[in-house]
Amino acid sequence: MLTILFDGIAYGMLLFVLAVGLAVTMGLMNFINLAHGAFAMVGGYITVLLMQRLGVPFLLCLPLAFLGAALLGGVLERTLYRPMYAKPHLDQVLFSIGLTFMAVASMDYFMGSTQQIIQLPDWLRGRTEFGSGAWVLGMGHYRLFIIAVCAALTVALQYVLARTRFGSRLRASVDDQRVAAGLGINVNVVFLSTFAVGSGLAGLGGALGAEVLGLDPTFPLKFMIYFLIVVAVGGTSSITGPLLAALLLGIADVAGKYYMPKLGAFIVYSLMIVILIWRPQGLFVRKGGK
Amino acid sequence: MTQTVLQASGLVMRFGGITATNNVTLNLQKGARHALIGPNGAGKTTLINLLTGVLQPTEGRITLLGEDITQLAPHQRVQRGMVRTFQINQLFDSLTPLQTLALTVSQHQGLGLRWWQALGRNAAVSERCAQLLEQFHLTEVMDQPTRVLAYGKRRLLEIAIALACEPRVLLLDEPVAGVPAGEREELLQTVAALPADVSVLLIEHDMDLVFSFATRMTVLVNGTVLTEGDPDQIANDPEVKAVYLGHGDEARHD
Amino acid sequence: MTNATQKSLLHTSRLKPWEPVLWLLAFASPLLLSSHALIINEIAIVALFAISLDLILGYTGIVSLGHAAFFGMGAYAAALFAKHVMPDPLVGLAFGIAVSTLLGAICSLTIMRGSDLTRLMVTLGMGLILLELANRLDWLTGGADGLQGVVMGPLLGRFEFDMSGRTAAYYSLCVGLVFFVLARRLVHSPFGATLMAIRDNRLRAMAIGIPVHSRLALVYTVSAGVAGAAGALLAQTTGFASLDVFDFHRSADVMLVLVVGGVGWLYGGIVGAVVFKLMQDTLSSITPQYWTFWIGLFLVVLVLVGRERLLRPWTWFRKRGGA
Repeated sequence: MLTILFDGIAYGMLLFVLAVGLAVTMGLMNFINLAHGAFAMVGGYITVLLMQRLGVPFLLCLPLAFLGAALLGGVLERTLYRPMYAKPHLDQVLFSIGLTFMAVASMDYFMGSTQQIIQLPDWLRGRTEFGSGAWVLGMGHYRLFIIAVCAALTVALQYVLARTRFGSRLRASVDDQRVAAGLGINVNVVFLSTFAVGSGLAGLGGALGAEVLGLDPTFPLKFMIYFLIVVAVGGTSSITGPLLAALLLGIADVAGKYYMPKLGAFIVYSLMIVILIWRPQGLFVRKGGK
Repeated sequence: MTQTVLQASGLVMRFGGITATNNVTLNLQKGARHALIGPNGAGKTTLINLLTGVLQPTEGRITLLGEDITQLAPHQRVQRGMVRTFQINQLFDSLTPLQTLALTVSQHQGLGLRWWQALGRNAAVSERCAQLLEQFHLTEVMDQPTRVLAYGKRRLLEIAIALACEPRVLLLDEPVAGVPAGEREELLQTVAALPADVSVLLIEHDMDLVFSFATRMTVLVNGTVLTEGDPDQIANDPEVKAVYLGHGDEARHD
Repeated sequence: MTNATQKSLLHTSRLKPWEPVLWLLAFASPLLLSSHALIINEIAIVALFAISLDLILGYTGIVSLGHAAFFGMGAYAAALFAKHVMPDPLVGLAFGIAVSTLLGAICSLTIMRGSDLTRLMVTLGMGLILLELANRLDWLTGGADGLQGVVMGPLLGRFEFDMSGRTAAYYSLCVGLVFFVLARRLVHSPFGATLMAIRDNRLRAMAIGIPVHSRLALVYTVSAGVAGAAGALLAQTTGFASLDVFDFHRSADVMLVLVVGGVGWLYGGIVGAVVFKLMQDTLSSITPQYWTFWIGLFLVVLVLVGRERLLRPWTWFRKRGGA
């Protein structure tokens, strides 16, 4: 059972890193970006390509995946996304679905539709066990690594948001864009960098998660709902909300699949629907937040 | 002896640590021309939201025509005769004034669920629309989509919609706000010509309008009722002057 | 004066001269293009599905990414009915509509509150749940293999469903026409006007006495029933029901169909269905595997350029406030 908890936490943290960019951009730009998963997929494929074709070590691939996805995100934000901010939600949905379709089909064309295998370095394989009997805690080393990296990222994000000038500019822009602009904050730059970083994080998450979640061209569509759950349940006004939502989702999903394999995905979807009906603004939104 | 049509007793509204409405009691008499004034941020719009059911009060009761409506949803209060206008126009941009009024009148006359009959089929509805369009000087623009109308016309439509609901109690939230000088007269005339049996609660900053319109005034400051009385009393009340009227702004014009 | 207002109001609901022409052409097409009867059937089904979405999306402003849930429900209900109860098409159609309407009524509880995002999520989730359900209950639905061997009896006891698809095409066209006429009445009625009011400004709709939540539930339920009818038609005319009726692609495609043809216009569903199906056919024959890329590109361009500004001659016939 502890192992399930551990695995759930690892999964949840991974989901958080994948989805946090979406949460922030949605709170910031009020833009429903269903194509977020495509950036994760790009990060995953960058890692695969670098490792398989160029023999780049795994650890080095991670920041490169981040950079690649961030670059792509930045370019797309400046060119395609920016004119979309003012458009109605329906248009944004259609736009991001269109992008997703394009991304999925392109990956299928260039990389084929089979699942990609990532060869983890030896020191990340293996497993350590503590305890005995029902209280065995089995920690896969890779999952431990994921938790460590994601935790570090979370701390870094929280620090940036709370302690740096950029963070306060970002928070101001989320709260009220017009006022922020009126205060001299360059909202365009805030948007661009936030979107880039958010996409970069998704890419990093995709690279990290390729081994655990599987990587194939349908990745954005398969996991779209999970990212959206994290954002809808966790709210867009903080990063602790999505963090808690992601952990909840991760544990629920892993536990559900283990204890009730027949019901599996139902647990997650039904839980989401119940939560959203009960609290349409999300579970972890602070009073007065979006 | 005039009867009280709307009564709010001991209304309190707390948002977390902020008390936006503090033990407000308000009585609106039948046929009233009652103005609610106060500095910005005094909680006037919050009070309107409480009365109309957009917000649920933390404490207190609201009675409309003798019925306790504190638990009722906004649309139910409208069905019982309490209608409001909005400070910022809330209109149906893709519909024309005629369509807007027609749907409001139809809804009010209980035809809202009639899905098999065309909107223009009912002669009584069309007639009422013609009356309202005439009354609010909207006849010339009745077929234009609301989004292309000038601001003054939009404001007129805002009030026309409320009247189409045949209100017993009408809450006007800053009706002349933002209306350019050329179109104010039209609007002011219309407000002055409201039916005598409709009880009106008016929120306004324009003191000209308030003093020419109101027969009774309530002054709200920081969510609390400072005082209530007729215009003369209020104009000469030293407390009111200190808080609101006497800050170098105009007092009432004779 | 009353005459003027009444005339103006009735003007929008008046039958335009090109409408009967369009329908005549539609009904003549299975005869004139008899080798294409199958695709005409498909177009009619997609058009009906799109019209059902228009009721909630175009006229009421509910953005749904899971409308395929009701389409699929109608399909499986009709297929199972034909297999296990009786093969009469019309009774099966009625059953399919009844089941999807019931599902719609239940689901309508979920879409009333919350922002566009939560509604998107909830509708998406519903679609996925039904997909999972259909997958798991494979003893009933045939699982990933689909429900095969759905043999339909003759329509009205006389018209056999044949290989040419002619009966199927006329069946779908007739059902489509019936629902179109009903939908047309609905959108031009006071009820339809209150839906548009809710779409344009929910706050004001509430403030004029419209019970917004119950109207939303009502139109959502009705829309589910119509979507179910389209699904039932699909199962009945193809003799087959597979899991892809619940697929996300189907929900996304029908939204695309509607957007291409124009939302809030009823005929948008029909026009969009024709354009979409033809596009799909052409693209699939050119790039069978990657046609979704071009659809995606089309969507992106469509939205960037602006749904209204794309050159579409049929928008010239649009009157204010809906056809």
